[in-house]
Amino acid sequence: MLIRRPPDLLAREITDESAYFGRREFLRAMGYGAGAVAVSAAAPAALMACAPGKVDPDDKLTPWEAVTGYNNYYEFGTAKDDPAKNAHTLRPRPWKVRVEGEVARAADYDLDDLIKPFTMQERVYRHRCVEAWSMVVPWFGFPLRDLIARLEPTSKAKFVEFTTLADRQQMPLIRRPILDWPYIEALRMDEAMHPLTLMVTGVYGKALPNQNGAPLRLIVPWKYGFKGGKSIVRIRFLEQQPRNTWNIAAPNEYGFYANVNPAVDHPRWSQKRERRIGELFRRETLPFNGYADQVAPLYAGMDLRANF
Amino acid sequence: MFLLALIPALKLARGVAIGYLGIDPVETLAIKTGTAAITLLLCSLAVTPIRRLTGWNELIRFRRLLGLMAFFYAVLHVATYVVFDQEGSLSLIAADVWEHPWVLFGMTAFLMLIPLALTSTRGWIRRLGGKRWNRLHRLVYPAAIFAVLHFLLAVKLDVRKPVLYIVVLAVLLGARVVWARQRAATQAPAGRPGPTPLTAAEPGN
Repeated sequence: MLIRRPPDLLAREITDESAYFGRREFLRAMGYGAGAVAVSAAAPAALMACAPGKVDPDDKLTPWEAVTGYNNYYEFGTAKDDPAKNAHTLRPRPWKVRVEGEVARAADYDLDDLIKPFTMQERVYRHRCVEAWSMVVPWFGFPLRDLIARLEPTSKAKFVEFTTLADRQQMPLIRRPILDWPYIEALRMDEAMHPLTLMVTGVYGKALPNQNGAPLRLIVPWKYGFKGGKSIVRIRFLEQQPRNTWNIAAPNEYGFYANVNPAVDHPRWSQKRERRIGELFRRETLPFNGYADQVAPLYAGMDLRANF
Repeated sequence: MFLLALIPALKLARGVAIGYLGIDPVETLAIKTGTAAITLLLCSLAVTPIRRLTGWNELIRFRRLLGLMAFFYAVLHVATYVVFDQEGSLSLIAADVWEHPWVLFGMTAFLMLIPLALTSTRGWIRRLGGKRWNRLHRLVYPAAIFAVLHFLLAVKLDVRKPVLYIVVLAVLLGARVVWARQRAATQAPAGRPGPTPLTAAEPGN
């Protein structure tokens, strides 16, 4: 697939110093060892490779405290500050990821082996929750498409499904059947192959904190945040569209696509505007969360009202 | 009692004073004031059943206070919504109320509480007369029902808290229905006057 447009927010233009100073700490925390040098050298190159796009001067980075203290991670509680309080029981290493389904290189991978081949890059993305709040987050990771290319899905693979950890030892609260655990999310193959779609291992130049979905999560910046499964333990390639957890919980409220769309309200509340965390007043929500130029063609001819 | 009911407001005032009301201060304001309003509304509705069950009649002295404090928090709650969520725009508010039952229920509950707060004084009880005053103040029942439904719809998925409020309200209202039936049953055949009628200074609820 061609890259139609680079990401329209450039990390180097708005990332504050602390994120850059933190980068080495991040690499240490990630345990790359010798590989770290190569990564830290490669990261600025990757950023420079992005041609300048339109930069919204309003998109200031959401502070670390908010990014890591205001989370939806229901396996650790349903209040926004619950995950930060409770997720310390998660053990992000050692970590296995099972790859299965319509894919040539199906296996159980150690996470570090799985991600070793990829150059980590910083991507500053807007993050829009279905609850009508948003953030601007400097993620660290690599495009999912690179991983998919290595795993060699078969021609039958039409969807990629991500399964989140559901372990009663590490997540005692999942005894409450709030959602149908384990948490499952999925993308159509062309969405998964889109260059904006990111596998994330860090944020703000540090290893991903547990409450943000350590050690590996998905970020799809033009979709509502719940599409981004956290603490991923299984990646499955499928011919049929799987059901995602929120769709199972409330089919009339949460669809499979979950593209950010101010024209289609949540049945109970408005999606026209959002509160950027850190601001008092709401701002307009943009179609596809402002990434329409890059991703709208994926949905050409589709009824986005029906496929919400 | 007054000080107890003031605790949420003091906590919020302290947050404003130190400049920290949680990561999303508007959400904190909305949730804390809304929860306080509904809690106090249910407390005010608990006065009559508790009096009846325990004979602790002193409690009636606090009912107006509880109701007014509930209204006070409801005003803060609606003000938060009007100012921060809708930027004071009447057309935005109208569209939001029209399109979303959640908002409609909350707004309905609030509008119902306004006349109750305005007529809460002794002067208004006298002016309206106990009977009419009582009839008007039965508005608190639908207001409470709309308020808890508003709470239920505001929650994304984890409904334990709103369901708890709904159960409490159902018990408080259910008790009144049962007692009203008993009263009717004992009154009708004998044609006797019912229990001591409530005076204007001590209106029923």
